[in-house]
Amino acid sequence: MEQTEQLSFDFYKETAQITRESRDELKLHLGEFNGPLDLLLYLIKQEQANIFDIPIAKITDEYLKYIRLMKHLDISVAGDFLVMAATLIEIKSKMLLPQEISEKEEEEMEDPREALVRQLLEHQKFKNAAQMLYERTTVEQAVFPRGKIESDENNAETNASVFDLLGVFQKILARHVEEVQMEIEREEISLADMLKSLKKRIFENKELSLLAFFEEMHTRRELVTAFIAVLEIVRTESVQLMQTTTFGDIILKKV
Amino acid sequence: MPKTKNHFMEVEEKQTRSISEIVSIVEALVFVSDDPVTVKIIADVLEEDRETVEAAVEELKQEYETREGGLQLREIAGGWQLVTRTEYHEEIRKFLKTRPSAKLSLAALETLAVIAYKQPVTVPEILDIRGVQSASAIKTLLDKKLITAKGRKETVGRPMMYGTSKDFLLQFGLKDLSELPSIEDFEDLVQGM
Repeated sequence: MEQTEQLSFDFYKETAQITRESRDELKLHLGEFNGPLDLLLYLIKQEQANIFDIPIAKITDEYLKYIRLMKHLDISVAGDFLVMAATLIEIKSKMLLPQEISEKEEEEMEDPREALVRQLLEHQKFKNAAQMLYERTTVEQAVFPRGKIESDENNAETNASVFDLLGVFQKILARHVEEVQMEIEREEISLADMLKSLKKRIFENKELSLLAFFEEMHTRRELVTAFIAVLEIVRTESVQLMQTTTFGDIILKKV
Repeated sequence: MPKTKNHFMEVEEKQTRSISEIVSIVEALVFVSDDPVTVKIIADVLEEDRETVEAAVEELKQEYETREGGLQLREIAGGWQLVTRTEYHEEIRKFLKTRPSAKLSLAALETLAVIAYKQPVTVPEILDIRGVQSASAIKTLLDKKLITAKGRKETVGRPMMYGTSKDFLLQFGLKDLSELPSIEDFEDLVQGM
C-alpha cells in the first residue's frame, strides 16, 4: 500500500542490475524489464555515457554479456533482444571499417549509430510519458466521486414484492417437476430390461443380427444401452459373436 | 387554452431564474449524476443557453475553491463531476475500507503512452517505438477498456488501429486528449539524462 502511495517513480531502480560478487560469480537482479531498448538505455546510463556519442564497442560488449548471462540462467531470450544484438554488432563493425572517403562525402555520411540513437530517444520520450501517466493514476486514486445512487438500473431487485418472490419460487418448482418427469422417461429402458429382451430374442431364434437389433433403437441413449447389453451378454452368457465376411454383419449366436 | 397558458408560465419561469438559482440547480444536477455531466445536458434540462450554463458552472467551481471544503468541482472527460479533494484520501479510504486498485504494469503504461500520443496507431508501429512485442499489454488495456479498436489501416496486412477510450480520460483525470502534455515536453528530460 505504501508503494502505491508514492507520487514519483524511478524507472531505473526497477531495472536489472549485474554486480560482480567474486571473481567468477555474477549476481543478477532482474527488475521489470521492458525489452532491448530498455536494457540498452540502462547500460548507457550505467556507463555514464553520452547518448549522442555511444561508446558502441563497450556497450555492445556489456549487452552481449547480459544476453549470455540470461542464457546461462535459462531465461529464454526473446527474439527482440537478439535482433538488437545483431544491430549493435553491425554498427560496431561499420565503425571499425577503415573509411576512405573524401571530406565532401564525410559530411554526407550518416553516423551508423544515428538510427539507433533516434530510436532510443523516441523510446525514452514515451518512457517519460508513461511515468507521467503513472503519476496521474496515483493522483486519480486519491479522488472519490459520490457513491452510486440506488436505481432500478444498478439494483433491479428493489421493486420485488413478496408475491414476486412467490412467483419465482413457483417457476423454479415447476421446472423441478419437469426435470423429474424427464428422468423417469429415461429410466424406461434400463440396462437390465435391455438385457432381458436381448437374451429372450437370442434364445428364441437361436441367432440375431446385430445390425437389425441396433436399427430398432430410436435414441442415442437406447443405442448405448443396447451396445452395453451386447457386451454384457457375450461376457456372461454362452453367446458367440460371428462375422462371416470382412466388414459384414455380425451375428449373435447361441452356443 | 391550457397549452398557451403553460407555455406562458414556462417563459415566465425562465425569465425569473436568477444566476444564483441556476448555479444551485447545476450543483444539484452534478451531485445526482453518476457520470460526468456535460454543459449541453444541463442546458437542455434547464432550457437555458450554453453560455449561461457555462458561466454558472465556472461560478460554482469558484465557490468550491473559495470554500476549500471537502469537495471540488472538476472538468473530466468532457463533463463536470463533483469529487472529494485529494488531501483527504487517507481518511476516505479508512472510512470506505478500500485499497487503491492495482496499478498498470510498466509495459502496459508504456504501451498506453504510445497509443495515447500516436493514435490511431497499429501494433507494428507500437513495436517500433517500444522495441518489444506488446501483445499482452494491449490485451490488458483492451480488457480494462482503456483503449478501443479504431478500424483497420489501409496498408499491407490491414493491421488493427488502436486509440484511447473515454475510460482512459476518466481514469487519468483528463478533460480531453489535448490536456495531455505535449510529447515534445518529454524531450528535455531526455537531453538531461
